[in-house]
Amino acid sequence: MAPLLTVENLTIAFGKGEPVVRDVSFELNRGETLALVGESGSGKTVTCRAVLRILPRAARFLSGRILFDGDEGPLALNEISERRMRHVRGNLISMIFQEPMRSLSPLHRIGNQVAEVLWLHRGMSEREAKREVLDTFHRVGFPDPERTWRSYPFELSGGMRQRAMIAMAMVARPDLLIADEPTTALDVTTQAQVLGLIKDLQRDTGMAMILVTHDLGVVANMAENVVVMYRGRVMEEGPAEPILKDPVHPYTRQLFQAAPAIPATPHPVEPPPEDDLILQMRNVSKTYTLRTRNPWKPDMEIRACRGIDLNLPRGTTLAIVGESGSGKTTAARIALAAEPPDPGGEVLFRPEPGSEPIAVHALNRAARVAFQREAQMVFQDPYSSLSPRMRIEDALTEPLDIHGIGTRAERRERAARMLKLVGLNADMLKRYPHAFSGGQRQRLSIARALMLDPSLLVCDEPTSALDVSVQDQILTLLEDIRDRMNLSYLFISHDLAVVARIADEVAVMRQGLVVEQAPPETLFYNPKHPYTKALIAAHPTPDIERPINLKLVALGAGAPETWDEPFRFTDTVIPSLVEVEPGHKVRCHA
Amino acid sequence: MEILRYAIYRFGTMLLTLLVASVLIFIIINLPPGDYLSNQIAELKASGQSAGVAKAEFLRREYSLDQPLWKQYMIWMGFMPGPHGFSGLIQGNYGWSFEFDRPVAEIVGDSLWLTVLVNFAAVMFVYAAALPLGVLAAARSRTWVDYTTAFIGYLGLATPNFLLALIMFYYGHKYFDLPIGGLMDPVYEGQPLSWDKMKSILIHLIVPTIVIGTSGASAMQQRLRANMLDELGKPYVETAIAKGLSPARMLAKYPLRVAFNPFVADIGNLLPSMVSGSVLVSVVLGLQTIGPTLLTALKTQDQFLSAFVLMFVALLTLVGTMISDILLVMLDPRIRYEGREA
Repeated sequence: MAPLLTVENLTIAFGKGEPVVRDVSFELNRGETLALVGESGSGKTVTCRAVLRILPRAARFLSGRILFDGDEGPLALNEISERRMRHVRGNLISMIFQEPMRSLSPLHRIGNQVAEVLWLHRGMSEREAKREVLDTFHRVGFPDPERTWRSYPFELSGGMRQRAMIAMAMVARPDLLIADEPTTALDVTTQAQVLGLIKDLQRDTGMAMILVTHDLGVVANMAENVVVMYRGRVMEEGPAEPILKDPVHPYTRQLFQAAPAIPATPHPVEPPPEDDLILQMRNVSKTYTLRTRNPWKPDMEIRACRGIDLNLPRGTTLAIVGESGSGKTTAARIALAAEPPDPGGEVLFRPEPGSEPIAVHALNRAARVAFQREAQMVFQDPYSSLSPRMRIEDALTEPLDIHGIGTRAERRERAARMLKLVGLNADMLKRYPHAFSGGQRQRLSIARALMLDPSLLVCDEPTSALDVSVQDQILTLLEDIRDRMNLSYLFISHDLAVVARIADEVAVMRQGLVVEQAPPETLFYNPKHPYTKALIAAHPTPDIERPINLKLVALGAGAPETWDEPFRFTDTVIPSLVEVEPGHKVRCHA
Repeated sequence: MEILRYAIYRFGTMLLTLLVASVLIFIIINLPPGDYLSNQIAELKASGQSAGVAKAEFLRREYSLDQPLWKQYMIWMGFMPGPHGFSGLIQGNYGWSFEFDRPVAEIVGDSLWLTVLVNFAAVMFVYAAALPLGVLAAARSRTWVDYTTAFIGYLGLATPNFLLALIMFYYGHKYFDLPIGGLMDPVYEGQPLSWDKMKSILIHLIVPTIVIGTSGASAMQQRLRANMLDELGKPYVETAIAKGLSPARMLAKYPLRVAFNPFVADIGNLLPSMVSGSVLVSVVLGLQTIGPTLLTALKTQDQFLSAFVLMFVALLTLVGTMISDILLVMLDPRIRYEGREA
């Protein structure tokens, strides 16, 4: 039987520029999954969009053929009329996008948006379509399909929105599903569940899939065949197993090395000695009050952090790991005195070894300015954290300017030195941020944070917006300058694997509480808490023999009320953090 | 039900705002020293006509102009009894115009609802013209369609209204036999509303509507185009295309709905700028709207007349804002559910 989809010698360029996809060919059989793997700029997204012909207007289709041989006979997708193409879209081939937050219209109910596919392609009546959609909602795991039908996208969490997207793509039972980084924007436990769901649905319906991803771990869990792309060209292709076990192409190997992994055979280690603490958080809680518009309803309280006690020894890295909404960023903001904690909590900071600790939330103006010189922040998104209208030189010298340090020449000299330190050239000082890639911009952010010669750096997910190979470089850089300049890091991340290499101690947070705390090696060797276990299990490893254990994920990622008896907590009863072995604390009923 | 509750709440705040506006209007009108009558008395005394002085003094007492300002305000609004008991705005007595020597109600009479009519027609024209042009310009951005609409738009923005009025009158009369000036045929003035009168008014409305609405429509068209372009780049548009929707249906259902918000929110802003902006046009076109009356009243410090006209404009603005707010809540669930979301 002919393959379902055949792409031959596809070449696409934007405007008059160089082709961004060159001579790409692959085949996909019915019911199979093909993974398109590559980093940003590799052309994987352009390739899969070319199949549905939803490329940006500037794109030019230079050569190639796209043949689709579905239930309705062979179609040359690059040749048929736009009208026939509309019949293909959503009907024979459907697509899931990366950002579930923004890929659904905010003004239409979920039910309406999903049912639209059936109205369009099946000519169903409202009633029939609704029955079908509710059925699909049930299958993709919505507990209350009727309610989902009536919901607006902003009423759902990210994972649930992606389920709605999947329902939309599946409801017309297409022959081929194109999933463009469907789980990249999701938390790791949610990612595991969504991947599991897609796999189940695929098994039930026999639909084929093109999975676009940068994550080899996702590939190992999902795909039979792999196409590795780099700068618009296919580097390596073939069945997943041999490629993942023994990659031939150097680029594939490089991807493997850069992929953060949870170390396979760790051993417990001693936590770092706590004699010289640079930062101490004592009983830090933060409650936000949400005003309800209805004056008769009580205001809602959101407890972002609950009784956090953390110590950061000088020269080490403390990582806070958790999903979105776990309170990790709030904790970091409180540590930086960007926000006050609830009464009863305090944050102590020791600028020099052995000096008197200062309570950062009880400072006068002058002392706070001095503290801000010592504690700096590196942000998540290197694209929006640098002003596009400021030259690099101005962005870097601005902190010195604000604090009135040095002469102009001295500031510039220091900026040049910092650029070199982060691996960039001093002659880039005159450029604007748009001239830099994502990784380079994150280097710039780090350089800016270092300008004031701080002793504490708070890194809020500094690598999660970057490609894996760039992420690897940035982590190496951070480790390097920490040891060279004797910095201490408070490192915020949602990814245990990223933290594994850089952290000396990890605190896992869930719903504002630290649920487990230990050095990373101990944590991986002997995870106690179901949520930590779920985080570890959910991390996709690029090893076909170690698929994601969805049962473990489900056990720990659910609501805290459903955890095993010793760990369970409710609104009123919360177990305390117990030291189960030296340096290893778990929140459980001892 | 949520919407009904919101509408009631919004109506309440509107009344409150109107109350504040009335205080401000009254204070501002009384800021210049003296009033219409004291000016007149001074003038009469200077020319030695003491008979007129007695009448003016009588009017001063009659309309409580000899009282302190806050009392004048309370009496004008009808919160306090004047020389003839409670008789203020809320009792339906709009006061006396000294300049025209007639009750305010009589002077503004017809022009009140004609103002509403002209402005309503102009707002409708703004929307009817800006909506298709804006959407078309965005959907075909950077093509000749876009450039042509932008050119016409800028032309509309840049042409002074009175000039446009004269041009339209000339060519409208020459080619389409449109009437010149006024809002109805003079024979119908003061007549009860009839079918023929309505027809006459509608024909007379064509030119003023276009003249008053053009600049607003041009600005709105450009704004809608910019909003649409923003929305067209959003991922949900791609989702809609990948579903297999046709371009027209996709545009109408998704990006337009989102781009519509600022469009609707502008109703409130359009009204006052049109009323005040159309004063000159009304004079040129000879429209019996409230604009020219306001101009005279302000110049002669005819305080009850000008205060009433300003109150009316304020009411028009507030009603416009309220309508747009309620429409927004109906259109956009994100606004509707704000505060309810956990």
